[in-house]
Amino acid sequence: MERNFLYLCYGLIAAWLIIFIYVVSLALRERSLRQELDRVKKLVEDSEHEARR
Amino acid sequence: MRTKLIVGLCVLACLTLAWNIRTIFLHVPDEANQGAIFRILYFHVPSAMTSFTGFFVAMGFSLMYLVKKDLRYDSIAASITEVSLAFATITLVTGSIWGRIIWGVWWAWDARLTSYFICILIYSGYLMLRRAVDEPNQRARFSTVLSVLGCVDITIVWKSIEWFRTQHPGPVLSVRNGGGMAPGMEAPVYINLIPLLMLSLALILIRMRQEDLRHEVDSLRRYAHSF
Repeated sequence: MERNFLYLCYGLIAAWLIIFIYVVSLALRERSLRQELDRVKKLVEDSEHEARR
Repeated sequence: MRTKLIVGLCVLACLTLAWNIRTIFLHVPDEANQGAIFRILYFHVPSAMTSFTGFFVAMGFSLMYLVKKDLRYDSIAASITEVSLAFATITLVTGSIWGRIIWGVWWAWDARLTSYFICILIYSGYLMLRRAVDEPNQRARFSTVLSVLGCVDITIVWKSIEWFRTQHPGPVLSVRNGGGMAPGMEAPVYINLIPLLMLSLALILIRMRQEDLRHEVDSLRRYAHSF
């Protein structure tokens, strides 16, 4: 019976772990996208500056 | 506005889940034959329902792309599919842990488990394909084909316990004329579905925001190259 309860805990931990890993992967992806956006915005500004000169 | 909605959905989902977990552990008795492990069903079944709902809605958006040729529908379909795949993985893992105790094995190649495994392979392939194809319209068309194929497989997963008599238990929920559970034990299955759907919606909104960011980066990059 104790083993039964232990495996129930494993199941719940596994379920939440999958959600947690997915949320972390989403957060990392969003961070890298925002960094890329900043980089491209700077590239556009530089290009516009060059074109004006 | 979208951030407020995401936070609101997450808070509501957490509160409902906390209430449900309390009910499941303190008020629902152990099942006579299975003991405490049967409670895994309260996460296994709602996760499966959440993933099935997501996959079908995603197919709807993919088909809308084919009709309207608007890539926004394809982005929404991809966001929903990715989140639904996470819930499908939860279903498979929790089912496997339940099987270890009840069947004595982690995995059995029976009709439902095998068809569900194929479903996960199809949608993993869907996400890999999206990374491999650069041309957006071609990517959206291929994704639609895989999405339709995945939904055909889900129908087989759904009906497999009626069509084949194998290791996986037959229908137990009353909505499927199973009648194998006491009403007090069955209700938390549906009540747990609500927070999982809210959580998946919040994750889909976050994923859609990333798709918007990706489009912004792509359009700015094209603009920068036009100089």
